[in-house]
Amino acid sequence: MSFMPVILWTDALIFVLMVGVLALVWFIRRHEHLRAPWRVVAQRPMAMGAALVLGAFVVIGLLDSLHYRERLADSPADAPQYSVEVLSVFDALVSGLRTRQEKTYSAPLAMQLYAKEFLERDGETVRDYPRLQYGGAHLKHADEHASDIARRTLVGLTQGLAVGLLLFGLLAAWQARRTQTQLGAWLEVWTTGRLGWPGRTVVLVLTLMLLLAGMLIQLASGYHVFGTDKVGQDVLYISLKSIRTGLVIGTLTTLVTLPLAIGFGIAAGYFRGWVDDVIQYVYTVLNSIPGVLLIAAAVLIVQVYIESHPEIFDTAAARADVRLLALCLIMGVTSWTGLARLLRGESLKLRTLDYVEAARAFGVSHVRIISRHIFPNVFHLVLIAIVLDFSGLVLAEAVLSYVGVGVDPSMYSWGNMINGARLELAREPVVWWQLGAAFAFMFALVLAANLFADGVRDAFDPRLGGRR
Amino acid sequence: MTRTGILLLGLGLSLLAGCSDSWNNPYPDSPSDASVLYSAFSERPKHLDPARSYSSNEVEFTGQIYEPPLQYHFLKRPYTLIPLTVEAVPTPRYLDASGNVLPADAPASAIAESVYDIRIRPGIRYQPHPAFARDAAGRYRYHALDAAATARKSRIGDFEHTGTRELVAADYVYQIKRLANPRLSSPIFGLMSEHIVGLKELGAQLEKAVRDNPDAALKLDDFPLAGAEVVDRHTYRIRIKGKYPQFIYWLAMPFFAPVPWEAEVFYAQPGMADRNLTLDWQPVGTGPYYLAENDPNRRMVLKKNPHFHGESYPVEGSDEDREAGLLADAGKPLPLVDEAVFSLEKETIPYWSKFLQGYYDSSGISSDSFDQAVQFSAGGDPQLTDSMREKDIHLITAVAASLWYVGFNMLDPVVGGLGEDRRKLRQALSIAFDYDEFISIFLNGRGIPAQGPIPPGLFGYVEGVGGLNPYVYEARNGRIVRRPIDAAKKLLAEAGYPNGRNAKTGEPLVLYFDTMASGPDAKSRLDWMKKQLDKLNVQLVVRGTDYNRFQDKIRKGNAQLFEWGWNADYPDPENFFFLLYGPHKKVGTGGENAANYDNPEFNRLFERMKDMDNGPARQQVIDEMLEIVRRDAPWIFAYYPKSFGLRHGWVHNVKPNLMANNTLKYRRIDPVLREARRDDWNKPVLWPIVLMLITLVAVIAPAVIAWRRHERKTA
Amino acid sequence: MFAYILRRLLYAVPILIGVNLLTFALFFVVNTPDDMARLQLGAKHVTPEAIERWKAEHGYDKPLLLNPAAEGTAQFTDTIFFQHSAAMFAFEFGKGDDGRDIGNEIRTRMGPSLAIALPVLVVGLMVNISFALLMVFFRATYLDLWGVVLCVVLMSISGLFYIIAGQYFIAKLWNLLPISGFAGGIDGLRFILLPVLVSVVAGIGSGARWYRTIFLEEIGKDYVRTARAKGLSEVRVLFRHVLKNGMIPILTGVVVVLPLLFMGSLITESFFGIPGLGSYTIDAIQAQDFAVVRAMVFLGSFLYIIGLILTDISYSWVDPRVRLQ
Repeated sequence: MSFMPVILWTDALIFVLMVGVLALVWFIRRHEHLRAPWRVVAQRPMAMGAALVLGAFVVIGLLDSLHYRERLADSPADAPQYSVEVLSVFDALVSGLRTRQEKTYSAPLAMQLYAKEFLERDGETVRDYPRLQYGGAHLKHADEHASDIARRTLVGLTQGLAVGLLLFGLLAAWQARRTQTQLGAWLEVWTTGRLGWPGRTVVLVLTLMLLLAGMLIQLASGYHVFGTDKVGQDVLYISLKSIRTGLVIGTLTTLVTLPLAIGFGIAAGYFRGWVDDVIQYVYTVLNSIPGVLLIAAAVLIVQVYIESHPEIFDTAAARADVRLLALCLIMGVTSWTGLARLLRGESLKLRTLDYVEAARAFGVSHVRIISRHIFPNVFHLVLIAIVLDFSGLVLAEAVLSYVGVGVDPSMYSWGNMINGARLELAREPVVWWQLGAAFAFMFALVLAANLFADGVRDAFDPRLGGRR
Repeated sequence: MTRTGILLLGLGLSLLAGCSDSWNNPYPDSPSDASVLYSAFSERPKHLDPARSYSSNEVEFTGQIYEPPLQYHFLKRPYTLIPLTVEAVPTPRYLDASGNVLPADAPASAIAESVYDIRIRPGIRYQPHPAFARDAAGRYRYHALDAAATARKSRIGDFEHTGTRELVAADYVYQIKRLANPRLSSPIFGLMSEHIVGLKELGAQLEKAVRDNPDAALKLDDFPLAGAEVVDRHTYRIRIKGKYPQFIYWLAMPFFAPVPWEAEVFYAQPGMADRNLTLDWQPVGTGPYYLAENDPNRRMVLKKNPHFHGESYPVEGSDEDREAGLLADAGKPLPLVDEAVFSLEKETIPYWSKFLQGYYDSSGISSDSFDQAVQFSAGGDPQLTDSMREKDIHLITAVAASLWYVGFNMLDPVVGGLGEDRRKLRQALSIAFDYDEFISIFLNGRGIPAQGPIPPGLFGYVEGVGGLNPYVYEARNGRIVRRPIDAAKKLLAEAGYPNGRNAKTGEPLVLYFDTMASGPDAKSRLDWMKKQLDKLNVQLVVRGTDYNRFQDKIRKGNAQLFEWGWNADYPDPENFFFLLYGPHKKVGTGGENAANYDNPEFNRLFERMKDMDNGPARQQVIDEMLEIVRRDAPWIFAYYPKSFGLRHGWVHNVKPNLMANNTLKYRRIDPVLREARRDDWNKPVLWPIVLMLITLVAVIAPAVIAWRRHERKTA
Repeated sequence: MFAYILRRLLYAVPILIGVNLLTFALFFVVNTPDDMARLQLGAKHVTPEAIERWKAEHGYDKPLLLNPAAEGTAQFTDTIFFQHSAAMFAFEFGKGDDGRDIGNEIRTRMGPSLAIALPVLVVGLMVNISFALLMVFFRATYLDLWGVVLCVVLMSISGLFYIIAGQYFIAKLWNLLPISGFAGGIDGLRFILLPVLVSVVAGIGSGARWYRTIFLEEIGKDYVRTARAKGLSEVRVLFRHVLKNGMIPILTGVVVVLPLLFMGSLITESFFGIPGLGSYTIDAIQAQDFAVVRAMVFLGSFLYIIGLILTDISYSWVDPRVRLQ
């Protein structure tokens, strides 16, 4: 084997989460009353468009969660040795982006460094912008620059469009067969938007994403699309790698929150009495400590743990990963209280309903009452909380990294990018692309998440359901 | 934005416009023509007590307020000590064990004690302060206050009466005793108790007194100190164990400045400490300035001390100084600036922006605002960019007397030890870490690749090719060039790691690098470190951690490679070589030798070198020592940082002096020019506001029209 | 009423003890007293004796929770935990590890924090409500649709970008306001404007959208329809009924954060150089000054509990059906 798979803690949890989500999907598909609200979501163009964008992010994040260590080139076959650098499948896919490192800053799509240096030219020392080692290295003259970019953009767009059309054709053929209509008839229905699902939006968003991807792929093979950072790393690569960090924080934190919130919230509302008192006490205590302080303390504790157990964390990736996990854990611990309070209130109401009281009178066990009658009735609240929290958590990462208690400084994350960009903005001419890229990617993810969350909330919240 | 927001903004702006100065002037209350210097501090000082303040951001204040006996000459290089409050720079008398006076050239081993008689000038007076205030009967007004009387005083200025007193020799002795006060934990107590006769014993006595009587105030006058005695009103005597020529440099630091006993009595009164009225926060000195406003969360203001004893601007200086206009004020009475305002500025962007707007008179340059300010001429000399020169901004450069290095833990089984193979491994790594590139990427050239532990400007440093480190560099055409990476590969192979693999087991060589990574730059720097060893096919695991954990590792000797630096306390090579002296090992002794380097030959030479006077003989010993540390390579000598500063055209008499900390008194500014430039540079740009208003109207208007139509229809 | 408040305040005591115990546990895992001493004494020339002295001086030389060497109740009282937390219940915070008096620091820093936080709250409330009313008024038109989209867009931008952009454009490029700093009195206005503006703009997205939902909910109620049926104009309905009734949930939501305004904002204060409690907290975290962190946690928890009590009281005020018990 020429590589050794590495399963980081967060990888394992992400895949556990994936399995959980798939199981849930399977379960929901089999129950009509659970499918109904999702149909409502699926009919909303905005939510579906957002879901597609989210999907793209998730695919990148998942690919980036399959880690491995490469075997060293000349290590003996019987006792293979592996590099200490942990890579992912995503790294392998975009290995060009990763390895094409320049010396230092260069602007987006540039072919020269951003600062002048002393160069030996025709035996003379001059001060000029040196050419980049990779970016635009295939060009002989600077005047080909603009035309080459235009050409690549055009080729990329065309390729994207071609793939888009191909996919659309396949979709149309499949749908036409499924609904047993003529292809032309289906297309007509599609153009008028009477499909029953937002076909136009889906196709449009998909095509746009493909166009963008085609353009990026074409340009990135010859240039640094978002420029390079201080040590010459491609900013596009950094931004793409940060996706996983953002997703992990947004999802794993929720994974921690849910059992706490559901368990304590329902228990407090259902059992009342001293259980309620204890749980209320715990969450008032947790809630009243300023979150940043708790997070700072937890992150420091993990640091201490890592330092005292260096043998467990043999690679830099493992160290960074544990810190990320700890961040998710502690953010989960600080953020379950809101949902728990909501669930407590709801359970208090539910437990007084006739059929719940009847069940209790018949001696049905508490576990059964809760799982049969209480939990299903508060599930929509849980779901809404998950999607609403996600974007907030992604944004919180940036702020925490700024305060210095966020993810490991060696980790790729938007927070670290923004933190680094603080100094870059004081440069003149301003180095804006790292901040810009972090902004664009974060904005895309959070906006998609927010729009999707809106759709989910509208479909599930009974208070809003009737109005629209 | 909504209408309300715009309204409020407009209201605020019109209020601002009512003021005469620029809208973004951060000093609204200051008169424009006053001789006030504006600068910033990035971290609030922790201690302003001269027995405790050590870091540069604290000495920046205490240096202007307190006056130790000696100071460095403002212009002369190499750094020269001159009298500040004393009649003359003291020369020690050497005594042997039985108390006989020895000649000045006596061997160090024969000297049992060095005696310094220090005679201060009469007539020097303290700044006005309530601690000195007396009533008509001559009693101290504020020495017996109760909690009720201090309850309404929150600042020193709240005390109605002030007084002053002449500086006497006893004040200096008092301060030396304070170094031993266990309640102050002076950072140099440990060091000085090795040198000053009886200081260690005094420390033990005071500690016992504190333990026996924890709530009582210490009366230092009741405890005699053999090593520091008052001779007469204006003379005191310090006795040093053996020979310690570097002691004279300590006499130029605020640690040896006078502290009046009245101040300690004053601040010890009930209720004072609760309002931060302590000597640690409210200094009482004889210097050219006193601390008039003390709000470390916002700003600190130094004002001219009306009782200042007077000093005049130096008249001696080199021709270069004369050319640079540094002698234009020669002979004028100091201080030249009436007031200095220091504002707290934690973030780089505001700091740099305010400098460019003319609101700070001078500024350091962070590596990231560098390109805007400085470019290099064809010869490699830094010069300002055209846009800066147009603004009449001037560049000040100086090589700091400090060193950054990467230490190897010499106790580590992989990289440590004095064996030949380990030595080669360290040499190979020294070549691989390309600090020339580091300097250009991260410091924008503000550093000099280090050739050894001694930075330029100190005795023992050899300029140019003659001083190169032959194990890492080589001379090519009279230039110092880093050895090629192949040389490092060869050394690595000889060390038993051909191509980065253990020759015996075939395992890859994995090294661990510990660093206190924080701040926006950290990630890039760590990436760069890894890149360096990739060249040798050696795997580097970077372990970033916080300050405490880092210190802990170094102390226990658990680190392998680590990054550290040292700032000179005084301009003597001893202050750098002692970091490598075996008996000062971090592990076990808790000394400053973080690499735990212990080479008997080096230790022997160090003991000889430290007591020698500067001269060819000392240079020879130093050269031998340099050869040993370069061969052993316990450190990768990274770089000597250069400090680049900028000043506006209206600031005069700036010459970097890395040793002196009391240079504020020499500075002069031209407030009229400053006012004109500030007005010119800070014209508000108004079109964005107008544009925003128009956009808002354009967005809302159609809706309002539509609604009107709708209303009319229904009506 | 008073009995209720008194009981709630008493109930706060175990919570505050719990908070304190948690902070102690967390921070003592991280930093031993030795670490704290080294942090404060600096890097150069530190001796073990100096560390011992520092610990004794700051009262960290005792056992953490239980002192087996002592007698009787002193087993509990002669410990770091008791010595350092008992006094806090009397709001005696003692000295920071850097030697400055924390109580004094809190008193002087509260003003600047409030000077930013209060205008942000008031202006933000006004701006968000007017924006929300505007959207409700033009509901089902393009203004409402794009207003909501704008809200979501504004919400999706990290707060850091607002600050960076505000400083860069307004202060650096256009010279309209000082980029950072603070002053008391009327002079302080120019310093406050930029942080307030940035914070208000950053809050519009979520605020206005939330208020819009509240107003829409209100507008669907029967009494509004009745009012409209009586022939009241749309503007009147909106201001008389919808705004008035919608303000109840908005204001009760505000009450809970009122006491916490004293704590200031961590990020805004440190970016704009405001000497408030927020930047104090950040500095303490970064310097790992445990004494200050402890005091700030205590203060924060206390204010939070006050906020909860105020909320309950305000509920009973606006809704007579709710009884305090």
